[in-house]
Amino acid sequence: MRRILGVVAWLVGIAFFFPVAWMVFTSLHSEQAAATNPPDVTAPLTLDGYREFFGASTGASPWPYLINSATASLVSTLLVVILAMLAGYALAIRPVRRWTDALFFFLSTKMLPAVAGLLPIYLISQRIGLLDNVWLMVVLYTAMNLPIAVWMMHSFLREVPVAILEAAALDGARLPTVLRRVILPVAAPGVAATALICFIFSWNEMLFARVLTGVVAGTAPVFLTSFVTSQGLFLSKVCAAATVISVPVLAAGFAAQNKLVQGLSLGAVK
Amino acid sequence: MPNLRVRSGRLAAAVLAAGCAAGVLTGCGGAGGGSAGGHSINVLMVNNPQMVDLQKLTAKHFTKQTGITVNFTVLPENDVRDKITQDFSSQAGRYDVASISNFEVPFYAKNGWLDAMDPFLAKDSGFDQHDVLPTMRQSLTGADGKVYGEPFYGESSFLMYRKDVFAAKHLTMPAKPTWQQVADLAAKADGAKPGMRGICLRGQPGWGEMIAPLTTVVNTFGGTWFTKDWQAQVDSGGFKQATQFYVDLVRRHGEAGAAQSGFTECLNGMEQGKVAMWYDATSAAGSLEGQGSPVAGKVGYVPAPVTRTDSSGWLYTWAWGIQKASRHADDAWKFVSWASSAGYEKLVGSTLGWARVPAGKRASTYANPDYQKASAAFYRATQTAITTADPANPGVQPRPTPGIQFVDIPEFTDLGTQVSQQLSGAIAGRTSVPAALRASQRLADAVAKKYR
Repeated sequence: MRRILGVVAWLVGIAFFFPVAWMVFTSLHSEQAAATNPPDVTAPLTLDGYREFFGASTGASPWPYLINSATASLVSTLLVVILAMLAGYALAIRPVRRWTDALFFFLSTKMLPAVAGLLPIYLISQRIGLLDNVWLMVVLYTAMNLPIAVWMMHSFLREVPVAILEAAALDGARLPTVLRRVILPVAAPGVAATALICFIFSWNEMLFARVLTGVVAGTAPVFLTSFVTSQGLFLSKVCAAATVISVPVLAAGFAAQNKLVQGLSLGAVK
Repeated sequence: MPNLRVRSGRLAAAVLAAGCAAGVLTGCGGAGGGSAGGHSINVLMVNNPQMVDLQKLTAKHFTKQTGITVNFTVLPENDVRDKITQDFSSQAGRYDVASISNFEVPFYAKNGWLDAMDPFLAKDSGFDQHDVLPTMRQSLTGADGKVYGEPFYGESSFLMYRKDVFAAKHLTMPAKPTWQQVADLAAKADGAKPGMRGICLRGQPGWGEMIAPLTTVVNTFGGTWFTKDWQAQVDSGGFKQATQFYVDLVRRHGEAGAAQSGFTECLNGMEQGKVAMWYDATSAAGSLEGQGSPVAGKVGYVPAPVTRTDSSGWLYTWAWGIQKASRHADDAWKFVSWASSAGYEKLVGSTLGWARVPAGKRASTYANPDYQKASAAFYRATQTAITTADPANPGVQPRPTPGIQFVDIPEFTDLGTQVSQQLSGAIAGRTSVPAALRASQRLADAVAKKYR
């Protein structure tokens, strides 16, 4: 039985990984070989797709887009983690009055489909002159990820034993100290998991970025689509671009891996 | 825990502080948005190979001479249309220049979204507006007679076929084929080589994909989308015959995976010897005869097949439009004037090769010996196709708007795409042509009602 389950687990794992592996494989082919159907696995490998991504033939550098993405994702993640930690504290450790209502209020903001808010946001940002501005993306990504982060931090912070908070209080620790030196170490896996999810969501966000950015604030996913053309071949370029753009997410995942496994199972078993 | 309770007031302060920090950061970034400042312009354009070449040449040859920096935003066709509509309809002025086609120019001009180019043309004698092909000039002129766009490159449609395959099978392509002759030839050429099908016709949904060639077939079969007084004609007469013919032909002798094949797939199929004929844009010839193409020199070109009309090729151009809200109209014109000039074509010819020239817009291009030599196989066929196209009168009956492969109303993009989804289903065998057209007729009728 264990063996069968093991085989199933591997098959599912491979099924999930295969498209990614195929993307990397395609990115290493010439455009002609990448477009061949059925695929020619023996075609010679080349780095041309990656050269194109870094602007070999157009001179268009991907760096401004990558920097915009990094700015929007990192700053919004930092803000979200700080705010969610404080909110989580007020909802889990020192629950405010009617904290369940507050919690569900946070969640209800995610119930409106994002696209329904797009037009009002476009018009408002046009009026206040924030279109095509990376800080608009920071604010939006912070707002978009905050509800889910609050929920996550709430469930992680509930696991913090009340006894150690009382001990800290008796020793005269004030709130910032308690947060930093007592709660943070205990909740670190939770913070890592929350931060990683927020980072991934904002790094990959495409709908808002496509509509609200333009010349100066375009993010990496928007840049990725610029390789698609209706006249000519683009598969290898797009795969190369997608591979490069996935790297920061992968790196963040590996960096958070140890903490993450603990974080995801934290609270699962009493 | 009394101590902790007392602190909760500070907590709120901390939340507020973090919120304010975000606000301050937002303020800092304010300068980043909006239109470009100083001597720089923002250009939004479609990601076609000719634009990629332009992007490559601009810094060295335009910015260096004029001091005007050009910031390009490049997007795929559907995205670029969305973005242009967004920016131009709200007159946000983020983009000074955008690549628009002869589909958009008439109603963009009517809506007052574009800057008329006549004042610039009057001052810019070097541009030579009379060198621009008359059909192109006409299709970029607004209803008020003013010029609202300058073409970057133009195209019509024609039939491409493999001369070597036809010779081996003892088939002859008429100099001016009819659609019935093409269907017969497709049947005979089908299977001429292992894995080779008779003809490639676009079957991919999209008003700019399948609907373009299909509408030219409809025109020459005597059909139309709408009559002059806006009665939808989609499930009757010529439209029905043409669609049945198109779907039957592509199902019997068309490319594999026809329901997902557009321009790119057909180009690839033609280059890889998977099809013997291809009816599509004249601009495809540049790729088929270009460097590294396995079929270079083996392809013949004849006019778009006809049935009841004399010609049936479409007319299309990617052109430059200047947004009315642009604060850099003079610099924008300098860019348009450079990119659409005969000089730019010469620059591309001498630096990147004559096969890559953004042609199809100027008479002088076709008189240039270098260009003639590089495109000997197809330049005459292309020039004839472009100059004989008649957007005002493309079929057998009067039309409510100009346009050959489209109806020139903003609603047509949605209508065409929805109808093509129905017809793509018919090509895939999920539904029949009459059923697809009945559904399409209802869609077309709903659009027509607005104009009656």
